Amino acid sequence: MSGKYEAVIGLEVHAQMLTDTKIFCGCSTKFGSEPNSQTCPVCIGMPGVLPVLNGKAVEFAIKTGIAMNCKISSYSRFARKNYFYPDLPKGYQISQYELPICEHGHIEIMVDGDVRRIGITRIHMEEDAGKNIHEESGPYSFVDLNRAGVPLMEIVSEPDIRSPKEAAEYMKKLRTILKDLDVCDGNMEQGSLRCDANVSVRHVGQKEFGTRAELKNINSFRFVEKAIEYEIKRQIKVLEDGGKVIQETRLWDSAAGVTISMRSKEEAHDYRYFPEPDLVPITVEQKWIDEIKASQPEFSDERRERFVSEYGLPQYNADQLAIDRSTSVLFEEAVKAGGTPKDVANLIIGELTRLLNEDSKTFDECPLRPKQLADMLRLIENGTISGKIAKTVFEEMYKTGKDADTVVKEKGLVQISDEGAIEKAVDEALAKNRNEVERYKAGDEKLMGFFVGQVMKATKGKANPQMVNELLKKKLG
Amino acid sequence: MKITQEDVKHIARLSRLYLSDEETSTFGGQLNSIIEYVEQLNGLDTSSVEPTSHVIPLNNVMRDDTLKPSLPIEEALKNAPDATEKFYRVPKIIE
Repeated sequence: MSGKYEAVIGLEVHAQMLTDTKIFCGCSTKFGSEPNSQTCPVCIGMPGVLPVLNGKAVEFAIKTGIAMNCKISSYSRFARKNYFYPDLPKGYQISQYELPICEHGHIEIMVDGDVRRIGITRIHMEEDAGKNIHEESGPYSFVDLNRAGVPLMEIVSEPDIRSPKEAAEYMKKLRTILKDLDVCDGNMEQGSLRCDANVSVRHVGQKEFGTRAELKNINSFRFVEKAIEYEIKRQIKVLEDGGKVIQETRLWDSAAGVTISMRSKEEAHDYRYFPEPDLVPITVEQKWIDEIKASQPEFSDERRERFVSEYGLPQYNADQLAIDRSTSVLFEEAVKAGGTPKDVANLIIGELTRLLNEDSKTFDECPLRPKQLADMLRLIENGTISGKIAKTVFEEMYKTGKDADTVVKEKGLVQISDEGAIEKAVDEALAKNRNEVERYKAGDEKLMGFFVGQVMKATKGKANPQMVNELLKKKLG
Repeated sequence: MKITQEDVKHIARLSRLYLSDEETSTFGGQLNSIIEYVEQLNGLDTSSVEPTSHVIPLNNVMRDDTLKPSLPIEEALKNAPDATEKFYRVPKIIE
């Protein structure tokens, strides 16, 4: 970013709550079912029906509010937000407007080693809309109302975010908290976590905010940073060229890596909010808040500190593990199954993360069980396989789901620790490379690595590296 | 507040009603007299009255998070003006 400007960013995040049923009726919230198979007169907006609030959704919203240091409203209610769109069967969305369930909170994020506090303006409950499916060509769109009525939390941040990186860290922290609470699965690609960003720029030192654009369609974690980065650059360019930023909604086009202005709406938005007459107000007594507080799980910040104190992990590794609950569980279970904390941490952060990333999978979808990780590490520790071979073994385990023992046996990967066999391989390597031996003896000690490599190659990586080193040193004397 | 001819046309369009110029002017007049009548309420001093959203003194009506059967797909789509076997079908939405 050009030094003269600073960005002001606020995020509106929609999180689908992990309830079994919709917010105002008993239809299932299951993802990926047959279109329009999970609807009833309430969620498809038949006249004369009465919505009844799902108590679990309220509990989840309060849980989240507590975790984000919000004030929980003792009196809260729903409102109708009126607009017309084919995925909104009633012609209004039941949402919360002037009396949301949670307000005035904050969360803390780490950016480049500094703690930043980001304010949470409000968290409110609302129902999701249906899904429109568009034909490439042809005069129709198709509507699936399975999602209509799925409970959402809208989490609105203060405009406290100053860079794309902070925005990404904020999103990550939000997801971590939601997953720790088990109130949302945090899957952006499937749309259970969605992010709209309000972005503006202003001169450094300027008090007033610049005109903002609202970015929509940011449907992956990678794009949070990219979309905002692009938009900041775009707005600075507009200003530098002597133009004005227009207040508008812009769509992130991930394929092109740009934000595009949405056609200006034919009507100015007036949602004509009014209190929802079909639903009675919600009152939350301190007793309920205390009960929920008492049942809150361990959060990532506490977990991180515990990983340092209990397992002696370096801060950096503790951060990487603690940020995700599934990763943390995998780590602790593998340690319980006999793995050394440091080795388990390295295996998870290194190889396992790499394999999952290549597969576009998350730790929730990890095909290996904690005990399998611990067992593999044991094979390295007791010298059955070398660290180098372990990589091959682990890849095979990941691919097939088989145990380390089985893979080692099937592929004949047991480490060679028989001195006679290794000595033979060493002798052969030296005999084949007389020139290098001369050079080594003349003082080119870097060649040691070359000899080790030759022996490893000849033994298909199975020779015990320590023994190879010792034997080579002895022979080259 | 005064309802203009443009407002009537806009509301008619949102409601998918097709009005002749004559109807537009008739309904515009009627809507205006309704609004004028209701506007009398603005003359009242309500500064010390708590806004009412519900007249029944009732809070926290909630249900358990328990599944109930949904409608069969054919049943759900039966009232739609247009549908395929599985979807509601609407004129193409231009994003």
